[in-house]
Amino acid sequence: MSIYDTLSPKDFEAIGAEFDAIREDVLADLGSRDADYIRGIIKRQRQLEIGGRAMMMLPPTWLAGIGALSASKILDNMEIGHNIMHGQYDWMNDPAVSSRHFDWDTANSAEQWKRTHNYEHHTFTNVVGRDHDVGYGLLRMSEDQPWEPRFLFNAPLAVILHLFFQHFVAIQNLKLEDYLVYKTKTRAELREEFRPMWKKMRKQLAKDYALFPALAGPLAPLVFVGNVAANATRNVWACAVIFNGHFPEQVEQFDESVVDNETRGHWYVRQLLGSANFEGSKLMHIMSGNLSHQIEHHLFPDLPAHRYAEIAPRVRAVCEQYGLPYNTGSFWKQTASTWKRILRMSLPSKRQPEAAPQQPATTEARLAA
Amino acid sequence: MPAFATPQNAQRRLQPILRSKLIARLTTPHGVDRYLEQIDPLWSAFETRARVTEVTRQTADTVTLRLQPNANWQGFVPGQYLQLSVDIDGRRYTRCFSPANSCHAKDGHIELTARINPEGTLTRHLRDHAHAGMIVGLSQAAGDFALPAQRPERILLISGGSGITPVMSMLRSLCDEGHRGPITFLHYARSKEDQLYTEELEQLAARHANVTLLRSYEQGAGELYGRFSREQLESAAPDYADATTFLCGPPPMMAAVEAVWAADGLNAQLHRERFVVAASAPATAETTGGELRFVRSERLAVSDGATLLEQAEAAGLRPDYGCRMGICHACSCRKTTGRVRDIRDGRLSGDGEEDIQLCVSQPVGSVTLEL
Ligand code: FES
Repeated sequence: MSIYDTLSPKDFEAIGAEFDAIREDVLADLGSRDADYIRGIIKRQRQLEIGGRAMMMLPPTWLAGIGALSASKILDNMEIGHNIMHGQYDWMNDPAVSSRHFDWDTANSAEQWKRTHNYEHHTFTNVVGRDHDVGYGLLRMSEDQPWEPRFLFNAPLAVILHLFFQHFVAIQNLKLEDYLVYKTKTRAELREEFRPMWKKMRKQLAKDYALFPALAGPLAPLVFVGNVAANATRNVWACAVIFNGHFPEQVEQFDESVVDNETRGHWYVRQLLGSANFEGSKLMHIMSGNLSHQIEHHLFPDLPAHRYAEIAPRVRAVCEQYGLPYNTGSFWKQTASTWKRILRMSLPSKRQPEAAPQQPATTEARLAA
Repeated sequence: MPAFATPQNAQRRLQPILRSKLIARLTTPHGVDRYLEQIDPLWSAFETRARVTEVTRQTADTVTLRLQPNANWQGFVPGQYLQLSVDIDGRRYTRCFSPANSCHAKDGHIELTARINPEGTLTRHLRDHAHAGMIVGLSQAAGDFALPAQRPERILLISGGSGITPVMSMLRSLCDEGHRGPITFLHYARSKEDQLYTEELEQLAARHANVTLLRSYEQGAGELYGRFSREQLESAAPDYADATTFLCGPPPMMAAVEAVWAADGLNAQLHRERFVVAASAPATAETTGGELRFVRSERLAVSDGATLLEQAEAAGLRPDYGCRMGICHACSCRKTTGRVRDIRDGRLSGDGEEDIQLCVSQPVGSVTLEL
């Protein structure tokens, strides 16, 4: 039985008020500290990027160049892009850090991502059928997803997803499984939907795999390989961070019915039950875009992420008071737990979802069943 | 190469490279400016920014800034305004000001004078913290209140209070050009101590025989007495009907002047700049009854108190949205004027330009949105 059912409506209301109070305290305190922080991180990212690309063009510093460019891409995507595009810095009124204008150094376009991530994932967190991040259409991550033979490959597919994460995320809106597996989408529809995505992907591919190598002249292969490595490093890390945030064993997935008439308090509790943290050094938090505080992020997606560490003790205190779980552990513990789930889900579950229809029309209908 | 002597010129030479397609491709998706600004905040391929080089305080409630803009500044026509952006405690505030300097200034500097609004965050900040070396953002100059390229022969300039800045620019530019036609400068201020550019005006009038300076103070003596009136005008500038007139000042004064010109059927010869935009709504005002202006779609509605997203939809617009509960920011939209209240916590926004979330914002008074 979920904790959901043990709380009274009064409890939910009180929890909602507690979390609202935390949010308001941070909002009231926003100021130059936050502005300086994000601008500082951006400065560091630009230095790493320029330095990395330069070093990669010289054989003796090639490896260091890969390291710097990987770090730059990780910062760009996690602590900068992800958080800015959540609107965490919109209050600054600066187009350079505004969710309306920012675009990140990855194959996925800002527009598309704000749709699947900010809206679908954050509104319907872990609601099977509504939150496409549950398995990305590729994996089975929840008991509530009916088992199919293709899920026998859950683990190797998860590895592939990690390696090519930027491209999977870029085409996430295509819901490719509807074309490949369920045949509910035609090739023509797919091509039409792919066009806007390709616009951004093309530019990213050209930059990393044609233009910068060309600048290096005879050393082009070095830069090409270096860029592949930097992109892959970022992909694996970003994917691992995200998986740790939602798929360790204790994290709950939900049925679509939970979002009907959800109060603010219920919404907070669902975010809490659907997320998990991991612990680590300050550097680890920054490099994960503070998604190491996935719980705080899901409760307050538009508060500047560097504040999550500060408010975590207050969030924990609320959890303790109401007997709510606060899922956290070391990075490796959460990773191991996540992979246990991936492996477990590759086989049919004992508990079958009730009344799965025979021929579901779309991914959403099928997953929601 | 002497042209390289100033950083502005060096930048100008590099501009074609910085703006090239190749650089855009290499710096995608952030764009070249996001890299250049890390080296020097004034460096930019596309954006206009400026360094404050001098701060003076002519009167008790004004502050005058001299600005050195970067190479992207395209100059202005006397009378036009620009938008000045300043970061204050992490937030960017933007307000309009008219350059007061001559458009022929050799050093390319811009001079702005701001009257301090006791409730205005930006002007109070300038009063307390403006200093040489400070970096500010600028827009390009805009506005039709401007000297025509073909300068009119007979010119009448009327200003009140800090409304002097655009007409000061006109006067300075005309003097630099050696304009021959008669120019009458009519200015209204509270007292001599409150008047801007006193000394310079007197010098200009002394040096240029065609410039007549007439001032009226509420307290103390000037060349004129009392408020603007038809009688006063007829004695001060009896040929006003032949002049092209430029007017800028506080609303009551402007209304008095406009009435005379309208009565005489001379509207076509009167150019005016409204300095005080519609007063911002007080914090306690109701959320209904205000005017909602959707500028892009050119639609107008009267607020019924619902969220801006709902009201925009009711007006037939289709703004982007996602969660409709304030978490996804899909509905972010630029507000250009007015205040809104966040329905989640009752927080009241500022009244300047900023991005707001339509789904959790209620208008307080009139609001203009870029929608
Ligand atoms: S629609 Fe999601 S924040 Fe407004």
